[in-house]
Amino acid sequence: MNSFLAVTMTLAGGLLTTGKLAALTLLFALPLGLLICFGSMSRFSPLRWLVKTFVWIVRGSPLMLQIMIVYYGPGLLFDLPLLPRFTAALVTFAINYACYFSEIYRGGIQSIPRGQYEAGQVLGMTRSQIFFKITLLQLVKRIVPPMGNEFITLVKDTALVRVILVYEIIWMGESYIKKGMIWPLFYTAVFYLAANGLLTLLLNWFEKKLSYFK
Amino acid sequence: MSILEVRNIEKHFGDTEVLKDISFSLEKGQSLAIIGSSGSGKTTLLRCLNFLERPDHGSISVQGNVLFDASDASTQSEEQIRRKRLHFGLVFQNFNLFPQYTALENVMLAGTLLAKERPDYKTRKKEILDTIRTGAVDLLAQVGLQTRMDNYPHQLSGGQQQRVAIARALALEPDILCFDEPTSALDPELTGEVLKVIRSLAERETTMIIVTHEMDFARDVADQIIFMDDGFIVEQGPPEQVIGNPREERTRQFLNHFSKE
Repeated sequence: MNSFLAVTMTLAGGLLTTGKLAALTLLFALPLGLLICFGSMSRFSPLRWLVKTFVWIVRGSPLMLQIMIVYYGPGLLFDLPLLPRFTAALVTFAINYACYFSEIYRGGIQSIPRGQYEAGQVLGMTRSQIFFKITLLQLVKRIVPPMGNEFITLVKDTALVRVILVYEIIWMGESYIKKGMIWPLFYTAVFYLAANGLLTLLLNWFEKKLSYFK
Repeated sequence: MSILEVRNIEKHFGDTEVLKDISFSLEKGQSLAIIGSSGSGKTTLLRCLNFLERPDHGSISVQGNVLFDASDASTQSEEQIRRKRLHFGLVFQNFNLFPQYTALENVMLAGTLLAKERPDYKTRKKEILDTIRTGAVDLLAQVGLQTRMDNYPHQLSGGQQQRVAIARALALEPDILCFDEPTSALDPELTGEVLKVIRSLAERETTMIIVTHEMDFARDVADQIIFMDDGFIVEQGPPEQVIGNPREERTRQFLNHFSKE
């Protein structure tokens, strides 16, 4: 029983790293994704193609590889000092998720009827007024379900940062194998399930908050 | 002087010529109905007047001021066009109300945003916003929706939504109010309530341009009728002439076809 409590405390510590990484990734990737989205929809074609190529590379290659490149790359290729492990992980996650988010934003923006923009235009609104006062909330409402999917995947993807020795929860669980204990590794699933259960409830609540309009 | 003067408007989409040398004028307080089959260019013409499309050629003047001239780039900057749009109001076929705002908020939104550009906005904010609110409440009462002001668009019928849209367009006091087939998206039993509102606007001498398929309504309400076909104005004049006794063969064909439907 004693060891159960001790393991729980240790894994909870690992969950803290996992949660911090996931939360900070969202904080940076949500706005960055919108910027990338605007770039990919730009009427200036060189910018549009540059951004689209970048999104292709980021979405088309493994996140695990990207983590290693960002952490080891600057040192190995250019003799630069290494980033702190957690920072390297965060930078990679923020950029990687921003690219996925940008496509969700784009789908959302393109699904809003043209008539909404035109109604704003004929009422003398500026482009930014149309975006912030008319489009944005409709966009948020439309993208909550696909974003929810990404959030949940993000929580689980944080397990990948063990490749650069950021001590997240699975790393912690696995470390008990050396002591002859396998169950702590399996036990980590409970923490993921709890975190994602909470996240699902939060997303449902948010979706309900936005159900006052159609 | 005419309130609206449209001269030699032309518009292409790719190789397709949608508007060919359109010229007409409109007097203050009059209503003009534009009729014609689908694809004749009626809607594009209305969209040009509201600068949702830029004509490739020609000019648009309101009260003697040239708002847009295709040959004069200085009339075409985005910021200028935004202000110039306010001379026109537009009621869409599909209403295009903002779903996240109540009926009242839909009517007030644009006025509230424009008020921020006034130099005295900061000092007289409360007074200005009260005036906008009172005006919006009056307009909604005028279109018969005093009891539905706090409803969201999805809680209203199509006819009610279109009446909110009319109030929203009137709130900015445009010189000319345009309607793009305002009843085409409505069930037949709901068209009456919208036409009644437009009729009452005509009685108050609101200057209007109405693109419509409702021939009886056009004949009753409009002072002038334009019949368009294939991007041209084929015939224009008072309803007694264009609908009652058309001179052009093409107009007769269209109206015949119409009465058969």
